[in-house]
Amino acid sequence: MNIVFNRIESITGSVITVRAKGVKYGELAQISTRFGKSLAEVNKIDGDIVSLQVFAGGQGISTGDEVRFLGHEMRISFSDDLLGRVFNGSGDPIDKGPALTENLKPIGGPSVNPTKRILANRMMRTNIPMIDMFNTLVVSQKLPIFSISGEPYNQLLARIAMQADADVIVLGGMGLKYDDFLYFKETLGNGGALSKTVMFIHTAADPTVECIKIPDMALAVAEQFALQDKDVLVLLTDMTNYADSMKEIAITQEQVPSNRGYPGDLYSQLAARYEKAVDFANSGSVTILAVTTMPGDDVTHPVPDNTGYITEGQYYLKGGRIEPFGSLSRLKQNVNASTRKDHRALMDGMIRLYSAYKDTIEKKNMGFSMSRWDEKLLKYGELFESRLMDLSVNLSLENALDLGWEILADCFDKEETGLKSELIEEFWPE
Amino acid sequence: MTENITNTGKVVGINGNLVSVQFDGNVSLNEICYIRVDDIILKSEVIRIRGNIAQIQVYETTHGIKYGDIVEFTGEMLYAELGPGLLGQIYDGLQNPLPILAKRAGWFLERGIYENFLNYERQWHFKPTAKIGDTVRAGEYIGTVPENSFTHKIFIPFYLLGNYKIKSIADEGEYTVKETIAVLTDEKGNDIPISMSFRWPVKRAIKCYSERLAPTETMETKVRLIDSFFPVAKGGTYCIPGPFGAGKTVLQHTTSKYADVDIVIIAACGERAGEVVETLTEFPELIDPKTGRSLMERTIIICNTSSMPVASREASVYTSVTLAEYYRQMGLHVLLLADSTSRWAQALREMSGRLEEIPGEEAFPAYLESYIAAFYERAGYVRLPDGSTGSVTIGGTVSPAGGNFEEPVTQATLKVVGAFHGLSRERSDARKYPAIDPLISWSKYKGVISQEKSAFCRSILHHGDEIGSMMKVVGEDGTSLADFIIYLKEEMLDAVYFQQNSFDLTEANCGKERQRYVTDKLIHILGSDYNLNEKDEARSFFNRLRQKFIDWNYTEFLSDSFKKTESEIDSIYDDANGTLSNEAKLLFKGGE
Repeated sequence: MNIVFNRIESITGSVITVRAKGVKYGELAQISTRFGKSLAEVNKIDGDIVSLQVFAGGQGISTGDEVRFLGHEMRISFSDDLLGRVFNGSGDPIDKGPALTENLKPIGGPSVNPTKRILANRMMRTNIPMIDMFNTLVVSQKLPIFSISGEPYNQLLARIAMQADADVIVLGGMGLKYDDFLYFKETLGNGGALSKTVMFIHTAADPTVECIKIPDMALAVAEQFALQDKDVLVLLTDMTNYADSMKEIAITQEQVPSNRGYPGDLYSQLAARYEKAVDFANSGSVTILAVTTMPGDDVTHPVPDNTGYITEGQYYLKGGRIEPFGSLSRLKQNVNASTRKDHRALMDGMIRLYSAYKDTIEKKNMGFSMSRWDEKLLKYGELFESRLMDLSVNLSLENALDLGWEILADCFDKEETGLKSELIEEFWPE
Repeated sequence: MTENITNTGKVVGINGNLVSVQFDGNVSLNEICYIRVDDIILKSEVIRIRGNIAQIQVYETTHGIKYGDIVEFTGEMLYAELGPGLLGQIYDGLQNPLPILAKRAGWFLERGIYENFLNYERQWHFKPTAKIGDTVRAGEYIGTVPENSFTHKIFIPFYLLGNYKIKSIADEGEYTVKETIAVLTDEKGNDIPISMSFRWPVKRAIKCYSERLAPTETMETKVRLIDSFFPVAKGGTYCIPGPFGAGKTVLQHTTSKYADVDIVIIAACGERAGEVVETLTEFPELIDPKTGRSLMERTIIICNTSSMPVASREASVYTSVTLAEYYRQMGLHVLLLADSTSRWAQALREMSGRLEEIPGEEAFPAYLESYIAAFYERAGYVRLPDGSTGSVTIGGTVSPAGGNFEEPVTQATLKVVGAFHGLSRERSDARKYPAIDPLISWSKYKGVISQEKSAFCRSILHHGDEIGSMMKVVGEDGTSLADFIIYLKEEMLDAVYFQQNSFDLTEANCGKERQRYVTDKLIHILGSDYNLNEKDEARSFFNRLRQKFIDWNYTEFLSDSFKKTESEIDSIYDDANGTLSNEAKLLFKGGE
């Protein structure tokens, strides 16, 4: 049933209203303006006044433009034909390929029944010691990469995408710089990963409303692949742009802002997306890695803050390294007991000593003389940073653990490590 | 679900999950109604009435609703169904059993699917304890059924006012929860049939007890730092605020396993689904040391994770506390763990925003404080009509924005709870778990070690911490040896007692006898003077001692290896000529 209207009552920002009855909440409409056609979505009904969010924005819309209700919600075509393709925030192809119209699936569907989930228990190896050894990534985990602008987060994301063992990669770019988009395309293409990748790209120049649809489309597609027994890795960059789009729209619609202008439901909105990460019993999985830039390097900013409460840990990218403090993979306990028996203890022990090293550095910078213990810590800290923390280090988990023991033995006596004596006996290098 | 329809209306507005409904006749506040959309119905609750427009919050997503859709009112408030069969269940915030929804709908939580809250087919072995002619009141019981290892009491429904006479009561035998088990006669001579289950509106506290008692009995959590220094009492309340990643959920998870209570109710409110899955996978395998049966048999999980509808998140905390109060009425000790109350507060904020109420601080509604206070006030230690006692203990995590405890939810919570376990980012970054910051936390309850001993340890802690901050300025060289030793003692206290590995079975489950034993040893060490001549010597001495002490923590209490390690600690102590100071000696006077 396509109802057509030719009278737009009001236009405020990207929101227009028409008088209509029988329109469903969340339904899509198509608006024909002199600049072309755009999709719009019903986001409020008050009596017979229907408010619509226009994807292309409100610019140039005339009160006399045609609004055609489509009778369905936002959908995306799903099939293996998606692989290797690139789409925008309205779901239209932007790679000169044909539009896909078959097997349409709704986006932003219901959440998975918790009792149907299974415990995440498969390690995803990346050969980056700061991930594999200290904060293991687990299949079906949702993890943000907290970063300040200027850090090589997209490079890190691309490297993980290339080295991690996933069947399908879905890339969602929000407010992406065009050269970053090209970088992804080139890197994944050179690594031969493009044929298993679907991209949904909103560049910084595209309308704000389209940005909001990117995660939903990327995750809907990922979910469908997962239900076909595929392990899917979803890469989202940058979620702060996504949240800022939500803020912009909420403010235009005169919603009461809660914290620094963000809408009160920021947490729920982010959670609904991140919670799409899942490991289906006897089927596929969705793992989410999402870049969240921290404005002003402030982790208490509402976006990284709310994200941290939703995700299963976070990686801090700082000075080109994944910081051991603050970085955390909450699911590592599920897998690191069965990797090697010294994994957990060594991981904790080395971080504890690294923290002591940081204190010593502070003392040193203030000009205090260094005790024998301080000297040991200084040596340790330098070795730790250069041999394990550096992002260019490419080592399997087992080799990284051996290296960890070597570094300890190089710097300390056995009882200074605070590790269980039993482990020291077994692993201490002679 | 079958409900009576008392009134109908039609949809005139939709804004997010807030729907405006035009109605004739009467509609009451907080009453449950259903919106008919295509061929499904969506459960909703009336939250504001203005003229002939009722504003309702929908417990589902609202897409597809249109102007003119029919709304059916039920006349009932949001209720929980109470009766045998609640233990071991996994419910959503509205008490729909999730495993059964999974059977019906598959992978996803499709909207508009509701299930019976209790199993109506299962038969329970009822044994009457009252007889015909007895006078009974609400909250008294007339029979029992065995549920797992508990004796589940069958109550006169809590909503019945006044006195009743038992006209008939079923014989011992097998009955379902819906069968009539007894007929009561009220004072006017009307017959009231009752079954083993009944409904109770979740937002009302159950008050069928004789008196509320002060919470004085310690509830052991087996976490050393909590039980010895920041204890929780049965019937008390406590909160765990902390920034993300500080270990709130791991701490609650550990507590839910080892806490010394009969029943644990876990309200996963607006948090990660993966954490619930962890509990679901782990608990059926774990054995409750008290009963020797699966831990799941003493647990109820109310699960309304962050991606599930916001309105039922709000309902979930009330559903949880209602089930807790119900089992308390049987003379049981119930622990309710709510993770996280901030998500509940945010649900209130979202609805408040949609209702266009005047926002308070950080856009939270003005009634936030009174709602939080009313929730925690549902905890308590009570004497029941039959003379026995029961308790509901509430522990809520708080997720303050930016980890800043000055925000409204943390502050409103701190006003009403009896213990505060503040987690700090510094401690968790340094992998010091549990990351409860001993310098800011407090408790008003009585712990497992004596006041004096706990005060002694605290003084070492504070003194050592002061020296530590001073050392940052004047350096190790500028610190006297005596001060430096106090600093090392504080480090040791932290490393061997405050920190506890929750992933090691022996280490995580540290009972009160062991805590008392170990603190005595620790006070001996911390309260002694040693023959140490320079700082490096002191550091290496305490390193050795700490190492042994940590090994000691991992041994089974009073086992051979426990005794062996203890004697090794003693010999390190003797080697440095440890002598107990007079101050510490006083602590061990009086036969201890």
